[in-house]
Order: sequence, then C-alpha cells, then structure tokens
Amino acid sequence: MAYSDKLIDHYQNPKNVGTLDKSKKTVGTGLVGAPECGDVMRLQIEVDDATGTITDAKFKTFGCGSAIASSSVATEWLKGKTVEQALTIDNMDIVEELNLPPVKIHCSVLAEDAIKAAINDYRVKNGLEAIQFEEKGVH
Amino acid sequence: MLNLPIYLDHNATTPCDPRVVEAMLPYFSSHYGNAASRNHPFGWAAEEAVDYAREQVAKLIGADPKEIIFTSGATESDNLAIKGVFDMYASKGNHIITVVTEHKAVLDTCKHIEKVGGEVTYMPVDGEGLIDLAALEAAITPKTILIAIMYANNETGVVMPVKEISAIARKHGVLFFTDATQAVGKIPVDVNKDGIDLMAISAHKMYGPKGVGALYVRRKNPRVKVTAQMDGGGHERGMRSGTLNVTGIVGFGKACEIAMQEMESEAIRLSKLRDKLESALMQLEEAYVNGSREHRLPHTTNISFKYVEGEGLMMGFNKNIALSSGSACTSASLEPSYVLKALGLGDDLAHSSLRFGLGKFTTEEQIDYTIKAVSETVTKLREMSPLWEMFKEGIDLNSIEWAHH
Repeated sequence: MAYSDKLIDHYQNPKNVGTLDKSKKTVGTGLVGAPECGDVMRLQIEVDDATGTITDAKFKTFGCGSAIASSSVATEWLKGKTVEQALTIDNMDIVEELNLPPVKIHCSVLAEDAIKAAINDYRVKNGLEAIQFEEKGVH
Repeated sequence: MLNLPIYLDHNATTPCDPRVVEAMLPYFSSHYGNAASRNHPFGWAAEEAVDYAREQVAKLIGADPKEIIFTSGATESDNLAIKGVFDMYASKGNHIITVVTEHKAVLDTCKHIEKVGGEVTYMPVDGEGLIDLAALEAAITPKTILIAIMYANNETGVVMPVKEISAIARKHGVLFFTDATQAVGKIPVDVNKDGIDLMAISAHKMYGPKGVGALYVRRKNPRVKVTAQMDGGGHERGMRSGTLNVTGIVGFGKACEIAMQEMESEAIRLSKLRDKLESALMQLEEAYVNGSREHRLPHTTNISFKYVEGEGLMMGFNKNIALSSGSACTSASLEPSYVLKALGLGDDLAHSSLRFGLGKFTTEEQIDYTIKAVSETVTKLREMSPLWEMFKEGIDLNSIEWAHH
C-alpha cells in the first residue's frame, strides 16, 4: 500500500507529541481506542477560559502510521480554533488531507472521537454537560 | 558493503537462486515439450528433466522419486493430502487431528472437512508454541485416520517434535501428514527417520520459483494413497492431473540440489546472525521473543516490542527493511495473529510483534543496520505512545476501562 507524502511526513515528523497537565481545569483529555485493537489515542487540548480558544493541543498515539499521522493533523487543526469550531472537524476531512486508504478510515474516526472526548472532558471539568455524540460506526 | 533495501521476510518467500534461474531458462523456449508427450523428442526431453528433478527433490528428503507428486505449491499439497486421505480412507474413519497454529491452508481445509461430515480436533499449543504429546495421543479415537501437524511454524519458526508425533501416529495406525514448507531446505528433513507418511513442500520458500511444490506420499510401510482432487489426464500416478509445470519443476529440483549442498553451513551462518539480531534487540526494554528459542528454525525470530504497534513500527523503516508483523491493522478483521494468540499472547503483544526471516543473501552489515533502525524506531515510537507513558508511570493498563470498538 502506498501512502501519501503528507501522511509519511506526519508519521516521520509528527507535530505536537507530548503531554499537557491533565489536572488543570483548562485542559481537556480524550483517551480513545484500546490496546487489544491495536490503536490507542490520547489527545489533549488547553483552552483559554476568556476566549474559549484552544491555545495548545498535544497527543500521544499507540498505533499504525495512519493513526499517528491522523492525530498529528488533528492537533494541528485544533490550535487556534474555538471549542465550537473544533466540534466541526469531521473525520472525512482527515481522510482527505492524508489521502487515507479505505482500510485506514477507522484511524480518522478515532481522531475525531479523541477530539470530542477531549472537549467533553474539558466541558465536564468546567461544569458543563457532556455533549452526546452520534456513533460514527465501527472502526 | 551495505545493500539496501534489506529483505528479512524469507518466511514469506525467497528470491530465486541465480543457479536455479539458469537451470530453468532452456525449458521456457527450447525444451518446451509437454512431459506427457510420449512420441517425440520434445516430450522426451521434458519428461527426462522432470524425472531428474523428481530425483533431486526426493534425495533432499530421503524419499524414493516415485513418492514425489508435483503440485502447484504447498497450499495445493495441503489440500490434496488432507482431502485426499479423508476421501480415500472414508471406510476407516472420519477423524483428523491438527493444531491451532497450522497454516490457513491446513486449517481451512480442515474446516471444509468438517462441513462434509468429518470430525476435526484442533490441539492447543503451550506458551512455547509446542503441543502436549500425551494430549495428542489421548485425542486419537478408533475413527482417527490422520494427524496433520506442521514441521515448522511460519510465524514463529517453532519446530514441532515430528519424530515423537510420528511414533504416536504409528503406534495407533494413524497416518501422519506434515506441512514442511518452512523446514525443507532449511533443516534436515528425512521422511524415513522422521516417520512421515505425507508431506507438503514448496519451491519458493527454498530459493526456487513460485507456483510449484510437491506432496510426498509414502509408498511402503505403509503404502499410502490419496484420492485425486482434480479430474483430468491422470498425471502424477493419477493423484494430480494437469500438465506438468516443467520449467518450475526443473527449478524446484535445482533448488533442492543446492539446498542439499549448502543447507548445513547456511544454517550455522544464519543462526549466528539471527542470534546477534535477537540479543541486540532484546536489549530494549519490554521486548519478548515469541515461541520456543530451543526448538526453532535457524533463520527466524519473532519479537514483540510492548507498547508499540507492529505496523506503525514497520513504517519507520520499511523503505529499507522488508519484514512482517503479527499486527493486522490493514486487514478487514483487525484481528492480530491467531498463531501468536494461541501461544497465549494478549492482543496487545500480538499487535506489537515483528517477524524477522533471514536468508541466503543476508549479510552481517544488513543485520547491523537492522538492529540500529529497529531499535531507534521502537524508542521513537515509545516516546509518542500513551501506553508507554502509562507503563513508565506505573499505571496498570488492565485497570483502565478501554473503549473497545
């Protein structure tokens, strides 16, 4: 299977690998996937309370190259967006950006799930209700 | 000098030895006769070449040339052996014993047997990938006609106790079939010393061409017969119809002859290189060898690097190093290797495995390069693995409620 140059670049030089302090009220953490399934993604956002803007995003991913690249792209896109805007990121945008082959679409779904989980974690920490998302199907 | 890319997937297939290619060439366009054409020199030349190759193959495994049935490869041989025995010995019984770590060509054939009224026992393996011989003997019933157990495993390289298995089969008057695809040409295999009644071999796993293989069928003590699974001209003593792949068979024969001469020294050289690779990679934290290290092919090692995923790992160096992983992130099922799981590995460790298969053209420089590339990539990916971070913080991963999908 030939991967796109963009995907390979994100795999080789991933952006925003790291860890934010999850005990901070301004940090939202999403941990999705399972080791048994071969992919686990942890995505974190730091939100500016005053503006609702995501000032930083970090990830760590256990998984294949597509999963790593999807997380890298997701964190890049999150920075500078408001939480509201972040909710509009669709997994198909990642598929398109990285030209993911059909068997790797689940990696983009995982990234979208990780974004949503991080946002919900942030919301709950700040006294807001968690948003109920629709299932994106099996990944 | 370092040659890139490095091929370390010799359990999947091997390159043709140049001497094999050379032997084959005349049979494409000069000696192109049909080995079954009995009335002209073209046919005679082809038949002579096939007979010679049959001797070369037989010699490597200590068989009589008449006991070699040429096929299209090991998958066909597996099918012919199992289905052929099931049909031929239907009056004797309908029970077959096999092992959960067999190749799919054996397991799926056994599944077919179950659909057509046969009974199959699938023996488990222990953590080393080996079977319990007492349990094997206990599984034999008056209806048992065949024990089908591979010589060496394609994923782990684990070599089964073939002599002990055949002794049990003999004692109970049950036939013993072994898929020896990974073993023949790599380690000494002798159908008489090993007590084998039927055996599948493939040319392309031993520096021969793809698309050709053989089924060894014992002719004496006992005389074994299989029912043909393909109808036609009655080639190969009626057991396998179809015009013989003369060119491929010539190459197969030559590959066997070369293996006979070079196998022993190659096994010593490759096991040294394999051990060097293995011990260097085992210097990494949380690295585990899968399967028995004692009963194993000389050129294979299967290692799990915990907390990194195999396919992601391979992407770090697959431009320069070709190998394979027990992870199956690309397959529809996403299920990791059933062989590794049968050894008791959790899905996570099975997802983290790499199989290294060294071969004839593998050099020490290539092994040194591989050690460096794999070690660096494992370290780099662990830096970005949330599981590694949790492990380092002392968090028990089993205590986390994962969102299974």
